[in-house]
Amino acid sequence: MPTDSLSFIFLNTVLANNFVLAMFLGLCPFLGVSGKLNTAIPMGIATLFVMLVSSISAYAVNMILVALDIEFLRLIAYIAIIASAVQLVEMTLKKYSPTLFRSLGIFLPLITTNCAILGLALFQTFYQYNFAQSVTYAFGAGIGFTLAIALMAGLREKLVLSKLPSVTQGAALSLMLGGLLSLAFMGFAGLGASH
Amino acid sequence: MSRVRSNEITWETFSEGLWKENPVFVMLLGMCPVLAVTNSALNALAMGLATAFVLLASSTLVSLLSQYIPKQVRIATYIVIIATFVTIVDYVIQAISLDLYNSLGAFIQLIVVNCMILGRAEAYASKHRPLKSIVNALGMSAGFTIALLCLGVVREILGAGSLFGFQLFSDNFQPWVVMVLPAGGFLVLGAWLLLFDWYNQRQQERLLKENEHAN
Repeated sequence: MPTDSLSFIFLNTVLANNFVLAMFLGLCPFLGVSGKLNTAIPMGIATLFVMLVSSISAYAVNMILVALDIEFLRLIAYIAIIASAVQLVEMTLKKYSPTLFRSLGIFLPLITTNCAILGLALFQTFYQYNFAQSVTYAFGAGIGFTLAIALMAGLREKLVLSKLPSVTQGAALSLMLGGLLSLAFMGFAGLGASH
Repeated sequence: MSRVRSNEITWETFSEGLWKENPVFVMLLGMCPVLAVTNSALNALAMGLATAFVLLASSTLVSLLSQYIPKQVRIATYIVIIATFVTIVDYVIQAISLDLYNSLGAFIQLIVVNCMILGRAEAYASKHRPLKSIVNALGMSAGFTIALLCLGVVREILGAGSLFGFQLFSDNFQPWVVMVLPAGGFLVLGAWLLLFDWYNQRQQERLLKENEHAN
């Protein structure tokens, strides 16, 4: 499979180079919002949505930046795009699905500081993906993020019921779980290619 | 509250970043670079210094400008200030060492979304005098860099058998490769947190016992 085909990019970002478990992007929500499955999954889907919107806008803005030869402004431009994309998602959700809007609460605006989103925009520029590749990359990254956070939430829901030494009840346990998940995902390494 | 708002600079202003409010081990802020670039001690040190520069510069500027920034757009303003300094660091590292730049990858630019820096701007620099903010930012950066080194040193020794690139053991050493891979980052940080939790718990138990004796 050629490394620039769409199906390869998708599989590579979902499994082999999972944003959370292999590239350490978006760890704050991964550790913070993974307590329960029914908040983790909406969080994943909202992130996926913001990723798609900001990937498309970042692609457009990068074309303008390159055309005007002001690439040093890229970082500032991308951050502004992401903040507006989050705002857009927030307004859309508020209008069309107030229930989901309420259940996500404070986590929505916090997506702005999720480094997975900025990372996505930077990487797609770095790899010089075309439009279709960028959108596939964003879609794969979002699905991968949702998969990782849902797996983590499932594990943590099980652990609530088990007996643990009192020392391990903080973030340390979540990190150990993350380590094990990451080890498991290393099994997919043969599928992809490291960049 | 009045004590917090005073402009007196004490040892506490500096030291809270080192231990009591250590950004990594206590507050769990800025986790992404902490795990991603600590596969060797050198990367960890470089990342720590880069973050320190951005934190210092942005704290100073935010603190100087805090009276003139309208409240409604303050977060956006802080992010633009931070992004400006990150762009500077990005180009400087590229100029100094291209090898280092390639091994840190996109994580230099991702300093922008390091929640520790934005958090300091919002919670500290905008409310204190410049000099005090600088001292506090110095402490925080030192705490952050030390934490990164804690991870980087352990991971490099276990995973590659070297420290800052120097081979520590003879050729018989079997490197524990997983430690320099992503999974090792999670495991080593988890282990450090366990250690600190265990220490804090023992401290608390000792305090409780002493109180009982006193009663």
